[in-house]
Amino acid sequence: MKNEIQNPIKTWENEVIEIANRIRIRVLEHTINNNGGYMSQACSSAEIFATFYTKILNIGESIAPFIPEPFKGVPGIYNPNYETGGLYNGPKNNDFDRLIFSPSHYALVLYATLIETGRMSPEGLAQFNQDGSTVEMIGAEHSPGCEITSGSLGTGLSQAVGIATARKRNGEKGRVFVFLSDGEFHEGQVWEAIAFMSHNSLDNMITYVDINGQCCDGRIDDVMTIDPIEDRITAFGGEVVSVNAHDPGELYKASLLSNKGKPVFVLSYSNPTQGLDLLANRAPKLHYLRFQNDEEKNLYKKELNRLMLSGK
Amino acid sequence: MEIYTKLYARKLVEWAKDKPEVLVLSADLTSSTEIDLFKNEYPNRFLSFGLAEQNMVGAAGGLAREGYYPYIHTFAVFIYRRAYDQIIGSVAYPNLPVRFFGFLPGIMTPGGITHQAIEDVAIMRTVPNMTVVEVGDATEIETILDEIQAVNGPVYVRMLRGEVPRLFPSSEPFKLNKARLLSEGNDITLFTSGICTEEALRVTQVIRQKGISIQHLHISTHKPFTDPQILEACLKTELGIITMENHTIVGGLGSAVAEVLAENGIGRKLVRIGLKDTFAHGASQAYLMREYELDALSLVKNVENLLGKKLNIDINDYQSERIQATHSEAKAEAL
Repeated sequence: MKNEIQNPIKTWENEVIEIANRIRIRVLEHTINNNGGYMSQACSSAEIFATFYTKILNIGESIAPFIPEPFKGVPGIYNPNYETGGLYNGPKNNDFDRLIFSPSHYALVLYATLIETGRMSPEGLAQFNQDGSTVEMIGAEHSPGCEITSGSLGTGLSQAVGIATARKRNGEKGRVFVFLSDGEFHEGQVWEAIAFMSHNSLDNMITYVDINGQCCDGRIDDVMTIDPIEDRITAFGGEVVSVNAHDPGELYKASLLSNKGKPVFVLSYSNPTQGLDLLANRAPKLHYLRFQNDEEKNLYKKELNRLMLSGK
Repeated sequence: MEIYTKLYARKLVEWAKDKPEVLVLSADLTSSTEIDLFKNEYPNRFLSFGLAEQNMVGAAGGLAREGYYPYIHTFAVFIYRRAYDQIIGSVAYPNLPVRFFGFLPGIMTPGGITHQAIEDVAIMRTVPNMTVVEVGDATEIETILDEIQAVNGPVYVRMLRGEVPRLFPSSEPFKLNKARLLSEGNDITLFTSGICTEEALRVTQVIRQKGISIQHLHISTHKPFTDPQILEACLKTELGIITMENHTIVGGLGSAVAEVLAENGIGRKLVRIGLKDTFAHGASQAYLMREYELDALSLVKNVENLLGKKLNIDINDYQSERIQATHSEAKAEAL
């Protein structure tokens, strides 16, 4: 599983790409073992998550158990022991950044990232979607890496708005990063949030959007277009920068953007079958990969073996 | 009966003075929900969200996670109808201390069905972690803030504005999950909430004068609904139990009492006065209370039905109803 192949020039960008590839491999392996998984999300966002956790985010070491503990019950006055999965992103210090993970259907990618960046044990993924585990299929706030509940898509950005508003009031230096998916722009609430962010100059917010062009029913352009997305966000008062979602350098550079009192949106254009060409055969429906028969599953197994051997 | 005007507006300013952690959130209904004085007094603690309740509720969740106490103010309908998903996922599930002040409960507005919150208690009562309360007079408006601020979790408040009567002594503040005993008796038990308490009081004394004893409890906490006084009152009832609420009879106070009766195996007849599974329409409060039989007259009729005889109460024996002007100095210019 470990990628032992040494790269001749060991730049941080190469390291990010290696981690991203390992995220894909881990998600593919999981998908094969479980006969299903959110594969295209890993293909499109692996570099975004890898760059977040190794280069962009100013966060502390995980303060959560390396092997996730069993689910301890829902929050409430009778359950004071409830903790969020935000502990995997370290303590909430004033100077530290926060990562608000909005599209919970990407949870598998987030878990794989936590493993590949040393924040969670590989055993954590074995608990994925197992009864009594916090490593849920569509993560909630007790799931590793999550600090809010946003499985209802389009509800995460507003929660981040509240957190960013509070941090600004408190004079905290840390920024609020949001990971958003492009399908979420269908929800009116996202636009309410952007209007509020720009009206209140929430320049401590920086939102990375995985523009993979996919939603549950297929291509966003077929279901309901969100374009021209740059113009739309700009018109709402956001500062927009478009990058290649598979280029760690571009992803990182965007995080340094001087924001001029505006909330920043990094539109990260991605390929939903990046690193796994086989998946393109399923287009335009890529939301969830469940093998139709053994023949198809074997093709993916072969591809997994090839990727693991090539260390890609 | 003393009438008070814009009591909440003044009380909130006074109460929040030394509480920097209390933020007031508005969705473009600032004077209509009596938070205009707060806005003027503490502009830095006033957050304007515009007509965008989903974002407001989500952001309230985020603010609460960082240690603030967001006090959301808008018309009740716009809270639970517009932002239910956000109430669930961004506030109630994480049990965050967001306070929802919902104005214009039931048929109190001529704004019609889009503005009349007739099923809010039913809906909010079903939300885990949610506390649901309703004020019925000036004393409760004055004393509710301390009580709900102490709740570790979200609270939904059915709120009154404008001209409000004082029914209960100032010395007897609002207490969470504690019914107010307004009269004792065992012929009939009467549970009333919100404005229906004032309405019932127009005639309960006259009924008692006819020799019918009434155990009358004013309910200001819909959830939790575990005050032992409720069960005790049901148990000692001889003839029947009546609930009276400014709300649909499905899922609100009447249903909560029915649950207590059924779970305790109490075989008493229950009459639910309220909107009988119907929407209302835009008209004055007094008109709608009569039309939908939420008024004192309806209470008398239902008592008579339980007794199986007429009480022969003359309409002149009723205490006169209090008619609020649709437009007055006590209200914002807009609805």
